[in-house]
Parts: sequence; structure tokens; C-alpha cells
Amino acid sequence: MVNPNDIKLWIEQGLERAQVDIEGDGQHFSAVIVCPDFSGKSRIQQHQMVYQALGERMKSQIHALSMRTLTPDQWAKEQGEDPE
Amino acid sequence: MTVQDRIKETIANNRIVLFMKGTPHFPQCGFSGRAVQILQACDAEFAAVDVLADMEIREGVKQFSSWPTVPQLYIDGEFIGGSDIVMEMYQSGELQQKLAGRPAA
Repeated sequence: MVNPNDIKLWIEQGLERAQVDIEGDGQHFSAVIVCPDFSGKSRIQQHQMVYQALGERMKSQIHALSMRTLTPDQWAKEQGEDPE
Repeated sequence: MTVQDRIKETIANNRIVLFMKGTPHFPQCGFSGRAVQILQACDAEFAAVDVLADMEIREGVKQFSSWPTVPQLYIDGEFIGGSDIVMEMYQSGELQQKLAGRPAA
């Protein structure tokens, strides 16, 4: 069974400087992924980048992955931090 | 007709298409069920394609959009995303605009 930390590691290995917060029960996972490379990309492209990082595992080992993708700026705003 | 042509034709002939597991009445997966609920909450009329009923479509639609999962929503021939993106767009109001055929503000 896949554990959430495996997925976190796979994403972080495949996406440079990505930070992943993930939870899951071995079947269903929910992840928040923050990565500077997301900036300027559409949401579809951002999710495709994560799927690419996971590669074949997405077909065989991971049944269901729900995700939110954010740039560091978007993440900071959500945390209520003022970038100044 | 190849499976890719069949998918293209479905998307060309229907303004709003949801590729999903199961049917709108009996979704076979939570993510598909959520996508149906969102579209229904928007009063959208949509064509639903049950990928579990057709293995060729099930694999073909993943290649078609370079997207490894189902559900997949298409509006006006454009791939919109999976259930997470559809949910985010619903919450921000973008989805309602797309469904109404208005360009996003």
C-alpha cells in the first residue's frame, strides 16, 4: 500500500523546489502542492506537471489523488501573509 | 473510426461533455459523482460518457487530453479539467461563466 509520504517524495523528486502537504488512507489522497514553476501556467498545466512527476505510478499505484496547486505567492496570500 | 476520432466527434457534437465512471444517476466513483453534482448545481445540460462501459474510451480519453484520470470535463471543445479544477472553478464562479458561454472576466 502506498503511504502519503511516498507520494510526497515522488512529487518532490519530480518537481524542483516543490513543497507538498499530503494526507491519505492508502487509497485516497489529498495534496496541496506549492511550486515556483507553476507560475504562468494554467491549472491544467500545473496538474499535468504533478501527474508527470508521478508518471506510471498514477496508473498503477495511486487510485485517487485530489490536489490543489499553488505558486509560492498564492500560498503566501492564502496564509494571510503580506509579502511586503 | 479510431477511438481518438470518436472522442473528438463526441466533443464536437455536444457543447458540454463529462467523461465519467458510471452514469449521472449512478456514479461509480466519488470524483465523478462530485463533478455531476457541480454541473447539476449549475443547471447545466451535459452529455455524460460512461468510460466503464467502454475500455477503449477509458484509455483513449486519457491520451486525448494527456490527463491520466477520469472524470474529465469539456466545454465548447475545450478540456476544462478534472474534478478538483472543476470544483475550484465552480467556487470562483469561472465555471458558471464557461457554462453560460461567456469568456472569463
